[in-house]
Amino acid sequence: MKQLAILILAVILLQACSSSTNKKADEKSANISNVSLTAAGATFPMPYYNMVFKTYGDKTGTQITYGGIGSGGGIRSLTDKVVDFGATDAYLEDVQMTEMPAEIVHIPTVLGAVVIAYNLEGIDGLKLSSELLEKIFMGEITKWNDSKIKSINPDLNLPDLAITVIVRSDGSGTTHIFSDYMTKVSSKWADKVGTGKSLQWPVGMGAKGNPGVAGTISQTQGAVGYIGSEYAFAMKIQTAQLQNSSGNFVLPTIETVSAAAQGEIPADTRIMLTNSTDPNSYPISGFTWIILYKEQNYNNRTKEQALATVKLLDWLVSEEAQGEAEKVHYAPLPVSAVEKAKTILHGVTFDGTPLL
Amino acid sequence: MSNAISSLFAGFKKSPLGDLGGLGFKGLSSDKITKAVLLLSSFIILLVAGGMVYSLVEGAIPAFKEFGVGFIFSNNWNPTSGSENYGALPFIAGTIITSVLALLISFPLSFSASLFLGEYYRGTKMAKVLGMMVDLLAGIPSIVYGLWAFYVLRPFLISLGLPNQGFGVFTASIILAIMIIPYATSLSNEIIAMVPNELKEAAYSLGATKSEVIINVTIPSARSGIIAGYILSFGRALGETMAVTMIIGNSNVVPDGLFSTGNTMASVIANQFGEADGLKLSSLIAIGLLLFLLTGIINAIGKFIIKRWPKIIRFYFQNRI
Repeated sequence: MKQLAILILAVILLQACSSSTNKKADEKSANISNVSLTAAGATFPMPYYNMVFKTYGDKTGTQITYGGIGSGGGIRSLTDKVVDFGATDAYLEDVQMTEMPAEIVHIPTVLGAVVIAYNLEGIDGLKLSSELLEKIFMGEITKWNDSKIKSINPDLNLPDLAITVIVRSDGSGTTHIFSDYMTKVSSKWADKVGTGKSLQWPVGMGAKGNPGVAGTISQTQGAVGYIGSEYAFAMKIQTAQLQNSSGNFVLPTIETVSAAAQGEIPADTRIMLTNSTDPNSYPISGFTWIILYKEQNYNNRTKEQALATVKLLDWLVSEEAQGEAEKVHYAPLPVSAVEKAKTILHGVTFDGTPLL
Repeated sequence: MSNAISSLFAGFKKSPLGDLGGLGFKGLSSDKITKAVLLLSSFIILLVAGGMVYSLVEGAIPAFKEFGVGFIFSNNWNPTSGSENYGALPFIAGTIITSVLALLISFPLSFSASLFLGEYYRGTKMAKVLGMMVDLLAGIPSIVYGLWAFYVLRPFLISLGLPNQGFGVFTASIILAIMIIPYATSLSNEIIAMVPNELKEAAYSLGATKSEVIINVTIPSARSGIIAGYILSFGRALGETMAVTMIIGNSNVVPDGLFSTGNTMASVIANQFGEADGLKLSSLIAIGLLLFLLTGIINAIGKFIIKRWPKIIRFYFQNRI
């Protein structure tokens, strides 16, 4: 009796499997443009990507799956050719470019900021200079009512509370942007800590991912840490005003982050925008990139797949997609960056002929 | 490799199914099918385990080549490119300290619980309820323990004045202790319940009180089983990841005190593998290999003691009674 039941179950399962595959095949033959794309990489722009990829999917029928596995994971996935494109917050250095199996290109997609989030009850509008950041994140200032913090924030009633520094325990593009800024503004930092996706921190406790750091800060009195702006805004955590290279204290807003990208951008768009000289700029701003192979015919990819990839990216830098960025607290690309991205996309080929 | 596997499958397909074709159902006894299926599945398990060890060793080679045995004893963890330098000591120390502490904290609780369940209140309704609760603890996913530790235990410890905002080795040990209680309890409880009644009755007939019976008969007879239970739960504490990583503070230093922050082997791997490549990835795999060896050894010791248990008991009785 039992065996009979198992047999029936097996038959039903087989039936179910075969019918679903049939259905898939039907759909495919009916609409070839129904391509699905796979991408993976940075978590920093993930809220933006999730939103616009869905919009694009609804509009065109191209299904895009994005895995937020970190910038390093995005680069590795592209190296292993398991994704159609990768995403990273740190552009590939020349050495890394040569280590890739084929030539790749960078497409900037959006501007983001790394904010300094803190948790001090009733104290809004904290101002921090680069010198204070260096001393806090290197463990030289340990109390919130330290005279050095007070001298910049004379109006604030800072408590006698220990500073708890929260950093990323996992490797991260956010850490890269933050440490890139710190390296530019502090020779001591450059000497002792340096730039990287993960660092040897002098002080601090680690939490995993932007949400992890945001959560830990909001749960911990006296905590301070750096997070991707979107995550801080979404969780309504207090953020500090930072002093930029012109001496102005600025909050991370769409305008101040956009201001950071007003300068000259190289043709391959590989530039760090931290510590911008623009007087209105927020100092820890940066591009986030999508990376893909310049020659799209690899690993038996179809031309449809390649075309869908390039078309998506072309749309991603268009006004329509860029207009959505502000909804999730990212700043749209400046015109010069969009132009350069379009030029790069026109250079992407399939079997040597440009796709666009 | 894949060729070898497919030819293996082909071989299997040939013989039992060939029988089916040639001799009808006569040649295909259920015994033979079962044998073939069992052989195949155990071979696959062997292959998977072997492959895992192989890939761990292979991945760890660059790290050991670069740092030598010093990798195990170095407390440096510097991922900045250009001055990359990795050592496993902070994580080995963090793992062993938290696990030993967890064992110490859980011992009084789980030992009393197992005595309660296996001896004092054996078979009562209360024991059933408690036993069920203990089993329930084992069924809670580790991420849920982590959440509880982060949002409930940590604020409580902060209110008691724990430094470092409640993060650190101590908090991690407490949550680990709670997590391993069910493992230690249910094993020692079973073994305590297995101590022959005749022995205890003999002791009672000599006028021993209940506590004397427990101290002089029950515990000595069940000793090795109890020890094995604790060793196995220690092995589990070593490999625990999610709950620990949420609460230990993830600072890559050798803990310098009970309330210091630290990191464990499992936790650093979970945290850093995503962005790791090259030497760092190899170092993480090497830590994985070390953790694998550590838990392997601990589990082997536990299994050995369990296996030898009847013999040890017999030896004990031959010498005492």
